[in-house]
Amino acid sequence: MSDAWVTILALIVITAAIKASGPVLIGGRPLPGPVMRTIALMAPALLAGLVVVQTFTSSDGEIVVDARAAGVAAAGALLCVRRTALLGAVVVGAAVTALVRAL
Amino acid sequence: MRIARDQADQDSLRTGFEAGIPIAVATLLIAVSFGVLARPVMGTVAPIVMSALVFAGSAQFAALAVLAAGGGAWAAIAAGTLMNARFGPMGIALAPSLEGSPLRRALVGQTMIDAAWALANRGGGRFDPKFMMAATLPSYVAWVLGTAAGVFAGDLIGDPDALGLDAAFPAFFLALLSTEVRRGPVALAAVAGAVAIALALTPVAPPGVPIIAACLAALLGLTRWGARQDPGAGEGGDA
Repeated sequence: MSDAWVTILALIVITAAIKASGPVLIGGRPLPGPVMRTIALMAPALLAGLVVVQTFTSSDGEIVVDARAAGVAAAGALLCVRRTALLGAVVVGAAVTALVRAL
Repeated sequence: MRIARDQADQDSLRTGFEAGIPIAVATLLIAVSFGVLARPVMGTVAPIVMSALVFAGSAQFAALAVLAAGGGAWAAIAAGTLMNARFGPMGIALAPSLEGSPLRRALVGQTMIDAAWALANRGGGRFDPKFMMAATLPSYVAWVLGTAAGVFAGDLIGDPDALGLDAAFPAFFLALLSTEVRRGPVALAAVAGAVAIALALTPVAPPGVPIIAACLAALLGLTRWGARQDPGAGEGGDA
């Protein structure tokens, strides 16, 4: 079996197990107040981490400021004007990034 | 009461599905680029099977990058697993909001994707699982079909980076973030902490680790300041 298929089969099992772990082990039970407050803050923390890593990381794991930063900044400017422009942010982000790369 | 609850469930499914459409557009763009990049490394069938059954974009890109560089299966599995490790804490966050048997909860957990999970956040540590499931569904379809389109039409598309497709998701996550920070100063502080952690760890840690570590900024919720700023959060809070 090729490396690709070994990788795919392993990741099918591992991903399903990771996604099932929390719900199976502690599902349906209310947790103490401080834990719930921590959980409430996980979404903003995760999203911020994803934005930083996907905008500023090069393929070899260095911090870089390239065309993506311009695209994401343009999306941010749009969101300052229209907070609900989810799709607009995606289109502007990709278009400005492509434009800067083409220059 | 039963009717009221059914109505609430239907509302969750409907609003979740609607919220899932813009996610699916971003997902489609990324899926096409995954298909284009994966074909020379994996062939035509494997990328589509991977998208249908792994269904985790960042892990698939990480594993693909290792395979493309000739890194071998074990390194590719490790890279994909690290990228997916964040679904561990995300699943713990989701768990108190889930009902039913362990098998049922495990199946709901499979529908976690970053954007749908974040949009299902109702504050105070609660999530709306039905909203999340419905918001993920369009992205699943987009992810599999987009991968197939990238695999078979890659020659027409050329270089996905030239189209700026790699900026689609960070722009989308930024849009979701702009909603989250309006929850108050603690959320803003958690964002600042997460940004600092991600920037500090990216040059030194393997891919995936900076994102999990960034989630640690949420531990601000354990502090007295976090409790004061958010007094309504959680049941049985001792603050």
